[in-house]
Amino acid sequence: MIRTELVKTLRRPRTWVTILLLNALPTLVAVLLALTDLGPRPGSGPAFLSAVLADGTLFPLAALAIILPLFLPVAVAVVAGDSVAGEAQQGTLRYLLVRPVSRTRLLVAKLVAVIAFVLLAVVVVAAVAYVVGSVLLGDQALAASVSGTVLTPAQVAVRTLLAIGYITLSMLGVAAIALLLSTMTDSPLAAALGALAFLIASSLLLTLDAAQTLQPYLPTRYWLAFVDLFRDPIFWRDIVRGIGLQAVYVVVFLGAAWANFTTKDITS
Amino acid sequence: MITTTQLTKRYGGILAVDGVSLDVQPGDIYGFLGANGSGKTTTVRMVLGLVLATSGSVDLLGRRMPRAGRAVLPRVGALVEGPAAYGHLSGRANLALLDSSGTGGTRRTRSTRIDAVLEQVGLAAVGRRPVKAYSLGMRQRLGLAAALLRQPELLVLDEPTNGLDPQGIREIRELIQGLHRRGTTVFLSSHLLAEVEQLCTRVGVLDRGRLVLQDSLASLQRPTGRTVVHTPDYERAHVLLDGRVEHREGERLIVRGADPAALNALLVADGVRVRELGPERRTLEQVVLAATEHPDHQVGVS
Repeated sequence: MIRTELVKTLRRPRTWVTILLLNALPTLVAVLLALTDLGPRPGSGPAFLSAVLADGTLFPLAALAIILPLFLPVAVAVVAGDSVAGEAQQGTLRYLLVRPVSRTRLLVAKLVAVIAFVLLAVVVVAAVAYVVGSVLLGDQALAASVSGTVLTPAQVAVRTLLAIGYITLSMLGVAAIALLLSTMTDSPLAAALGALAFLIASSLLLTLDAAQTLQPYLPTRYWLAFVDLFRDPIFWRDIVRGIGLQAVYVVVFLGAAWANFTTKDITS
Repeated sequence: MITTTQLTKRYGGILAVDGVSLDVQPGDIYGFLGANGSGKTTTVRMVLGLVLATSGSVDLLGRRMPRAGRAVLPRVGALVEGPAAYGHLSGRANLALLDSSGTGGTRRTRSTRIDAVLEQVGLAAVGRRPVKAYSLGMRQRLGLAAALLRQPELLVLDEPTNGLDPQGIREIRELIQGLHRRGTTVFLSSHLLAEVEQLCTRVGVLDRGRLVLQDSLASLQRPTGRTVVHTPDYERAHVLLDGRVEHREGERLIVRGADPAALNALLVADGVRVRELGPERRTLEQVVLAATEHPDHQVGVS
């Protein structure tokens, strides 16, 4: 079943259009930087962007930092929100369930397919950004860590892979929320927008001092912690917390989705 | 094959299905009749485990649903409330995806099975085209193909001829009859009396959530014990048969008595010309209307 869901995701034109669009903004930024040579001042703008003018091989990280706050979660919300509600709307859900596919298994397969989509998207964005960065911005192989020390290309490569993994995991919370909403409605749009509303609320509360007690539990709280992978030595605290928090979101929301979906009348 | 006991489904305050006890035997082509909104689709969904019953039980192929769904549903083919497919994929790809989603369809034979069912439903020529380019009739055929893919023992078909032209309806009817001859039991839900009358061996009639009639088609249509006579000499016949004529409509007389031969001899011996004569049978339409007659002629809420 998981394999079938992966095939479905990969054969869907929407998957590839989304990934293409995710690449558009970072590529535009790279072109603008290359043409104008005007980088943001260190400490302002998206993470790593001030460093890429000196070293194009850091551009994958800058590209991920560009898509992480908004574009990637939007894509995840759309894909995960569509996963069950889309099948319901098309009418294919009832045929899957009488095939029969167990409802639990379908839910897990859908989540795995969403994670695979995120991983694919992140990897493609990083790869495209690497090529774009090397070609347009040059390769000086003198990557400086966020802490100021020099990282070897091998270290940069390993840490970039870790960042890809961390960013993929960061999207689990959104995916689980969208999946829950997706089991509650037959409208993929409503499920995706609901998950986005949750994220916007989370981002807003993060900027509000009065919400300080809530902040450690907000799904977007530790997203940018992937930057900590490029400190020397790696600063693990927020990364570990971020992974733990996403795990809690998955358990709670996937559990709720399971409870709802397995006892639901399928009338679509 | 399908046995439901006092099956009931309540949506909030509305009783959609009310104490339905279906009995579908192996070898039946069971016609499940009912007006739109009478609860047919809800019943079909409960039988397949999509909708959970409020009370009552469903046994499918002898096993309790929905618990035994994993074991019995691979042996059942279903078309529920219209076909559905992924529009960007071809008919073949849709069938392959559905087949690979669950158990009971081995991968080794998949491609030959798909070829065979596409041929069966008349889609062999367009199987590689994306489904979004299909007409409604072609989608309906693809839905049927999906139901047939694993040579099920039981076919549950909800409005299978929806959207088909008369030629297509005939082809599907012949297909169903062919499958039935080879031993497939068919449960056919429909609001088309003619379709059920031509195809089915047993009939169940649902009216506002209640099963008001369940019997074999033959016994529903057995002679009523009266004879229909067409004669231009209806006045003489009326006098001759003194009191046995129950009803006259122009030259058509309804006569009490189940022996047309004796009646014919009697009339002819007296010089009454008989144009047509035979036992009266009720049509399925009359049977169904009699069973579902509402005192107030209002559309039911369920």
